[in-house]
Amino acid sequence: MTDIIKLTAAETAEKIASGELTAVEVTEAHLARIEAVDEKVHAFLHVDREGALAQARAVDEKRARGEKLGPLAGVPLALKDIFTTEGVPTTVGSKILEGWIPPYDATLTKRLKAADVVILGKTNMDEFAMGSSTENSAYGPTGNPWDLTKIPGGSGGGSSAALASFQAPLAIGTDTGGSIRQPAAVTGTVGVKPTYGAVSRFGMVAFSSSLDQGGPCARTVLDAALLHEVIAGHDPLDSTSIDAPVPPVVEAARNGSVEGMRVGVVKQFRGEGYQAGVIQRFDESVELLKELGAEIVELDCPSFDLALSAYYLIAPSECSSNLARFDGLRYGLRTGDDGGHSAEEVTSLTREAGFGPEVKRRIMLGTYALSSGYYDAYYGSAQKVRTLITRDFEKAFEQVDVIVSPTTPTTAFAIGERADDPMAMYLADLCTIPTNLAGNAAMSLPCGLAPEDNLPVGLQIIAPALKDDRLYKVGAAVEAAFVEKWGHPLLEEVPSL
Amino acid sequence: MPGITREEVAHLARLARLELKPEELDHFAGQLDDIIGAVARVSEVADQDVPPTSHPLPLTNVMRTDEVRPSLTPEQALSGAPAQEQQRFKVPQILGED
Repeated sequence: MTDIIKLTAAETAEKIASGELTAVEVTEAHLARIEAVDEKVHAFLHVDREGALAQARAVDEKRARGEKLGPLAGVPLALKDIFTTEGVPTTVGSKILEGWIPPYDATLTKRLKAADVVILGKTNMDEFAMGSSTENSAYGPTGNPWDLTKIPGGSGGGSSAALASFQAPLAIGTDTGGSIRQPAAVTGTVGVKPTYGAVSRFGMVAFSSSLDQGGPCARTVLDAALLHEVIAGHDPLDSTSIDAPVPPVVEAARNGSVEGMRVGVVKQFRGEGYQAGVIQRFDESVELLKELGAEIVELDCPSFDLALSAYYLIAPSECSSNLARFDGLRYGLRTGDDGGHSAEEVTSLTREAGFGPEVKRRIMLGTYALSSGYYDAYYGSAQKVRTLITRDFEKAFEQVDVIVSPTTPTTAFAIGERADDPMAMYLADLCTIPTNLAGNAAMSLPCGLAPEDNLPVGLQIIAPALKDDRLYKVGAAVEAAFVEKWGHPLLEEVPSL
Repeated sequence: MPGITREEVAHLARLARLELKPEELDHFAGQLDDIIGAVARVSEVADQDVPPTSHPLPLTNVMRTDEVRPSLTPEQALSGAPAQEQQRFKVPQILGED
């Protein structure tokens, strides 16, 4: 059983396709692992044992009948609890949706099912994807499998922790300001934020609509590419979905190379607030890229210094609008409906009872930034910064093919350490946010352990919009070189639970 | 930039339909003030001749043909409602009894 859970998604799919393993065996092995360790990790909010086994049985039956199977047929996956799943609870990590069972599947959920991927359950997350630590979940925090007293990143901490604790070989996250890449970095896994609009947002509970992007989480670059190909592509149900072919990400992941590529290093992605061990591993990664045949180009992107500020005005503004739908009238929680309160009072009481502090903080921040008299100074100015950041990227990509940076300024911090200091928490997304504002694509992959705390460090690769394949080409080359250098994948060093 | 007072937080909470507790008003006033203070730097670019970007994609309104297609049944649509009656969402009173 232990061997099954250590396989990559690509290996698992191959063994199921060849008949060496059945999908039911694979699913049972992962369900047993969840049973054994998730009490400690708390990666899952809901495990759909029966549903997963039924999907696995269906895959095995299809195979027995000789029907064509999807490329990831029978491979188990952990789905962030932000995507609707027909008949399976979806809470978005919030009390306001506790017990809600959606009557429909998100487009991403449908695509996973159509590809014969087995959905094990729904993973823990910061409430409404607001946070960098998964401590803001209404259902309690998730632990980082490298050190259970540390955060697994956020908001997709549950998905990344599920991967790093071998509870699933594949997971899905969403990235509004770094919520796929930041958890990937601190758990030693791979996370990709595709180009904005590449993966449908239909059925993905909205936080900040112009920034939110679903994407793949995995333990290897190739596994992420295989999942990327399954979930990406135009969706007529989402008006922000790009109608363009999916870039050849799997082919790129199978042919990793940086030979002759120009790789940018941005001056603004280092300095104060960066942990020494993170910078050390990043500098080594840049050296490695040189050794592999890349040309390194220094870049100056002055507007990146304002990205965090712009993000913390734009995202709350959009969230204050998006979360207006949670009014206690049509679905979810309702509080105070005792005949003595008006509809407006019931809405206010429901929202007070159903939302956690970070969500309230951002709703009020957004309400403030959008209010009359402050709109131009805050929201309007933030949108101008967004233009400047996009221009900085455009200029940069005239000179280079990809940009690299540390994914996060520090390794995983202790649970509770930044809970009462929102600004300190927000700094965790310092390097990831510019990409969300501009809409281009980015990946985080492991580049070693920081010497001072032996915790994983992430290397971020950024590509222009619709050039997602470059992430995989560079990522696969870097991954192969690191595995050769270390003698094994980094996750082999994760402590046993 | 102005400091955010307890009264302003109470006003924001009313606008946002959040019935905050008294201790939350004080807590959030301090935190929002810190955050706004830290992010106010964006206004440094406000005077420049920079067009705002509200979205990374050029959005256009999407219309679909007006044809009958399968949708959720009334039972499915109401399945998550906190209260329902006669195949409708049952909501608290909006008008007073007077």
